[in-house]
Amino acid sequence: MPYRPTIGMEVHAQLLTRSKMFCGCSADYWAAPPNSQVCPVDLGLPGALPVINARAVEATVLTGLALNCEIASVTRFDRKNYPYPDLPKGYQISQYELPLCRNGWLEIEVDGERRRIRIRRVHLEEDTAKLTHVEGCSLLDFNRAGVPLMEIVSEPDMHSVDEVREYVTQLRSVLRYLGVNSGDMEKGAMRFEVNVSVAREGERGTKVEIKNLNSFRAVTRSLEYEIARQTRILERGGHVEQVTMGWDEDRELTFEQRSKEEAPDYRYFPDPDLPPLTLDPAWVDGLRARLPELPRAKAERYQREYGLSAYDAGVLTAERAVAEFFEAAVAAAPAGVDAKMISNWLTGELFRLMRARERSIEQVPITPRDLVALLEMVAAGRLTGASGKEVLEEMFVTGRPPAEVVAARGLAQISDEAALRPVVEKVLEENPGPLAELLAGKEPVLRFLMGQVMRATRGQANPQLAQRLLQEAAERRRRAS
Amino acid sequence: MPLTRQEVEHIAELAKLALSQEEIERFQEQLSAILDYAAVLQRLDTEAIPPTAQVIELKNVMRADEVSPSLPVEDVLGNAPSRRDSYFCVPPVIEVAP
Ligand SMILES: [Zn+2]
Repeated sequence: MPYRPTIGMEVHAQLLTRSKMFCGCSADYWAAPPNSQVCPVDLGLPGALPVINARAVEATVLTGLALNCEIASVTRFDRKNYPYPDLPKGYQISQYELPLCRNGWLEIEVDGERRRIRIRRVHLEEDTAKLTHVEGCSLLDFNRAGVPLMEIVSEPDMHSVDEVREYVTQLRSVLRYLGVNSGDMEKGAMRFEVNVSVAREGERGTKVEIKNLNSFRAVTRSLEYEIARQTRILERGGHVEQVTMGWDEDRELTFEQRSKEEAPDYRYFPDPDLPPLTLDPAWVDGLRARLPELPRAKAERYQREYGLSAYDAGVLTAERAVAEFFEAAVAAAPAGVDAKMISNWLTGELFRLMRARERSIEQVPITPRDLVALLEMVAAGRLTGASGKEVLEEMFVTGRPPAEVVAARGLAQISDEAALRPVVEKVLEENPGPLAELLAGKEPVLRFLMGQVMRATRGQANPQLAQRLLQEAAERRRRAS
Repeated sequence: MPLTRQEVEHIAELAKLALSQEEIERFQEQLSAILDYAAVLQRLDTEAIPPTAQVIELKNVMRADEVSPSLPVEDVLGNAPSRRDSYFCVPPVIEVAP
């Protein structure tokens, strides 16, 4: 029987609050000069008292609800003791026995198979200071210390790297829908730890933890590496040590950080500075009512209501802002422009422009109404598909409405027979050689003549009409000869 | 029931204290005496009393998510034994964060 991995995850997500978890210092630390957003609470100065940020509690409960968790009626903060310079108090304020949320699940779909990954708990804690190692010393910046940090712990329910990738992708999407986390991994807003064991089905492996993973790529690459490492050991008849590993991003390998014997003793105990919280069920219900439609539910609805493919529905719903743009466009669409056409142009042409210019949908100056106005021209045959793309690109750059762009560029499609016939006649007169071939029955030359008509009209000729007129003109000449 | 030598060594390790042989023996005795004293409390019947971590009956003390001024950087670093620019400077950390 083959070996298979069993994987659980811990995700740390910074909450998008204005102020820190236990004091009023700004939590927006990214561009701040070192140690400029620090007060006696973050520094652990004697006598300083932490006070819980209500919005951070709300954001965590909202997350718990989105992840189908039970919400605690009584919750409490504890001290997790460890000596490390990134926490000057000598402990981190965290939650141990009574987390805010527990026993939830997140549904994922891999290769058409749906699975629920159980969530063991979601709790709230404080982020630590940033340490930078330089020659002869370690530099400490406390701006990040005390930023609200949510920890989401899954059960070891995943059995492949693909499932893990889908889990973290879904989770990030949900957090961004809720507006509780930026999802910006380059800035450390989401950080990961995985635990993985490898065993034959029905047997138990040895759990190895990998810490300090800062991107989806680090998560998947380190897991692939670690699963292969453990499998090799087992196949040789060896046994895997219970250790904590780090991930070397540059060399792409895991390395041992700490053995089981060295496991820290955190001596958790309730923080006497922070009175317990009692959560009113009516308040929790109020938050539940505020939950937005979440990405997977939305994707299913798009397939059902608009007949979109699972793939397109997934792409449109991964980011809330994209989904909102799509829905606004569908709502504004005139007759002749359907959701499928909007989806195609949005995920095709507009996404291509966004990728090429590294813009998010929020940075695109095109309104949903302008997009569907453009699509209406294409659908009605007033604009060729190619011209439509050209107009979209200019709208993307300038934000001008499509009618203006079309008028300024003289792009409106020529669908008027009377206007197009003289052009066709002129092209045939100027190309006697190809015309002779066409009369001799060589159909492929029609493509060349079509090209000439398009050139003469700067791409504005209605292609179906131009082709018909060419064929008719050739037919007339054939009969006349 | 006196604390064992290993227990005292473990506590010293967690507290980052280096103890001499003589100190370990002395603390074995002293810590044991403290624990014996605390053991008196354990004779109380607390069956009907929920565990509590606080003696003041406060609950749900929270603040609105509003930014208030931080300390000036010079005050933040005022007591730092060693600094480099606006950073605290600590002996190189070789251990791995927990
Ligand atoms: Zn502060």
